[in-house]
Amino acid sequence: MHLMYFTEQPMSTYSEDAGREFGATALMFSNRHFNSEDGSRLYNERIEEYQYAEEMGVDGIMLNEHHNAPFCMQAKTNIFCSILAAVTKRVKIVPLGNPLPLAENPVRLAEELAMIDMISKGRLVSGFVRGGGQEQLATGVNPAYNRERFEEAHDLIVKAWTTPGPFRWEGNHYHNRVVNPWAVPLQRPHPRIWIPGVISKETVIWAAEHRYPYVCLNTTVEGTQKIWALYDDAARRVGYQPGPENRGYLLRVHVADSHEKAERNAREFLWMSGEFTGLAHPVWSNPAGYGSPNNRRAFVEVAAGRKLNPRAAPYEVQRQNLSIIAGTPDEVIKDLRVIMEATRPGIFAFWGNDGHVSHEDSMSCIRLIGQEVMPAVREIGKELGLNSPWEADAPVSIAYSNDLQPMAAAD
Amino acid sequence: MTTTAPANAAHTEDFIEVAGLKLHVLRGGNGKPALVLHHDLGNTGWTEFYQALAGSSAIVVPEHPGYGQSERPQWMRSVRDIAAVHQWAIQALGLKDVALVGLGFGGWIAAEMASLAPADFRRLVLVGAMGIQPREGEILDQALYNHIAYVRAGLHDQALFDTLFGADPETDQLEAWEIHRDMTFRIAWKPYMFNPTLPHLLGGVQAPALLVWGDDDQIVPRECADLYAQALPNARIELVRDCGHLVDLEKPRELAKLVSEFLA
Repeated sequence: MHLMYFTEQPMSTYSEDAGREFGATALMFSNRHFNSEDGSRLYNERIEEYQYAEEMGVDGIMLNEHHNAPFCMQAKTNIFCSILAAVTKRVKIVPLGNPLPLAENPVRLAEELAMIDMISKGRLVSGFVRGGGQEQLATGVNPAYNRERFEEAHDLIVKAWTTPGPFRWEGNHYHNRVVNPWAVPLQRPHPRIWIPGVISKETVIWAAEHRYPYVCLNTTVEGTQKIWALYDDAARRVGYQPGPENRGYLLRVHVADSHEKAERNAREFLWMSGEFTGLAHPVWSNPAGYGSPNNRRAFVEVAAGRKLNPRAAPYEVQRQNLSIIAGTPDEVIKDLRVIMEATRPGIFAFWGNDGHVSHEDSMSCIRLIGQEVMPAVREIGKELGLNSPWEADAPVSIAYSNDLQPMAAAD
Repeated sequence: MTTTAPANAAHTEDFIEVAGLKLHVLRGGNGKPALVLHHDLGNTGWTEFYQALAGSSAIVVPEHPGYGQSERPQWMRSVRDIAAVHQWAIQALGLKDVALVGLGFGGWIAAEMASLAPADFRRLVLVGAMGIQPREGEILDQALYNHIAYVRAGLHDQALFDTLFGADPETDQLEAWEIHRDMTFRIAWKPYMFNPTLPHLLGGVQAPALLVWGDDDQIVPRECADLYAQALPNARIELVRDCGHLVDLEKPRELAKLVSEFLA
């Protein structure tokens, strides 16, 4: 198994009263409530925690990116990737991921990622995402072309990584006169690409068709199983047998010395008004053209305020159905066995700390995850045959697969 | 879709094919032709405004590509593309000596059409037209508001919303607004709702122009009427009292009177 550590990097000192008063904590919630002195401290605490996670034995550091909101302080995931490339020695650096449609020049992303891969001596795993709806508004990118831009930027980046330049790119959304970056990845044919997501069927199928591992972000066990069914169908259709090496799972797991402390800190996973991303207007989260037309009728009712925005279940319910796991190492290992048996991921990310959990408690959680929980999870993984992409020696993509047996077309 | 038109309003609806697209066209009335271009919300049926104007003009209302029953062109990228499609539609319909009446977003399309063919049109009427960037403030960005809030922002008299669309608009209506919003984003996202080159291209327009603005337009700043008046060689402004952006829905008879007198 490949075991990672993750935190949203919360801006935990923003004014919650101001957020409640404004009625939203995203996009339009004023950054006058951002305090740079706290920001400076929090960024540096995170760097220390990531280094400690490596020391404690994690395999990878998972990172992400969001804009205009206190729930995540990473406005550019490649900055943290670059820092980790220099200050860590062994862990995989796993941005999940760069929001491709936000890029006006994907070749720039290809260059940044190539630099990170070389500086880290080949430790980059490159995640790609569409970016949340609000991200499109925050960066002025047209939501109506989100998926088209995602796919085209991906194609251009992979080509820039694998095809010697110079070449010209005249696409639908991107036009590059001379693609010839003097920075190409160390890993050959290119760094592994993983696709994280929550819900969108189109993305699950796209990932499966490219043979990229799909990482379920904080989905329920049942939701995760449905995603695998969809993924597996698409995988078999294009000719390979999917396994744990194609499956990633991010779950909120807080570990502490005592059960009480773990429960108290785990409640911080719902620190932003009961949600982990805070509150936003539905038309910000899902601007026209961004979502699937299949969900449109339901969405307009939500946008009109006539149907409730699906809210996170109460803490107790999420603890009960193992959407949140918390406890001492022994307690957590027991729950994780249930999760591993039910979802069989070869890639697993511990979302360890969020909200107002202190730096000290975060460090303690990281130590317990790395030293006590992960060794046990590795054993469970071995017993269940949960191989990571490296353990399975999986090809980086469908294009580099030589074991394909596409299903015969039905008569 | 809700419509304010009486059920027996004399108009016809059919489809024409232009630029490889099926366009839905509503027609009614007698006189010289007036091409009426609808809002970004989509066309709301054969409205009271159309009916009132039909007494003096032959009204032709093509639904814009991607709006209402007109087919969505996946390739379309700009408001000028719509202008070219409607120019083609005029030819396909065999219309001569045409006046353009553009409502809001449709006003922007009408202005683009006039700039592309400055000698072609008999008269130009722009009602609360988008298309030119105000020097102060901005054209209200629907991306930040839900569909009902955006439509309501277009009305001075809030009670009128219930009459026009129902206190609780039907899901079909909400979905239509969402589809139209998607199409609007596809062609007018950035810059949002204006074309920086348009003011420079209106100086050759020969048709007399009438600029009608609601005195309480919360969507397109009143200043934009002045900017259109500066850019067009022969234009005058009429303000409609106690009226928002959706002048044709809020003061249909008053607008029809202004327009029919101007077109006469």
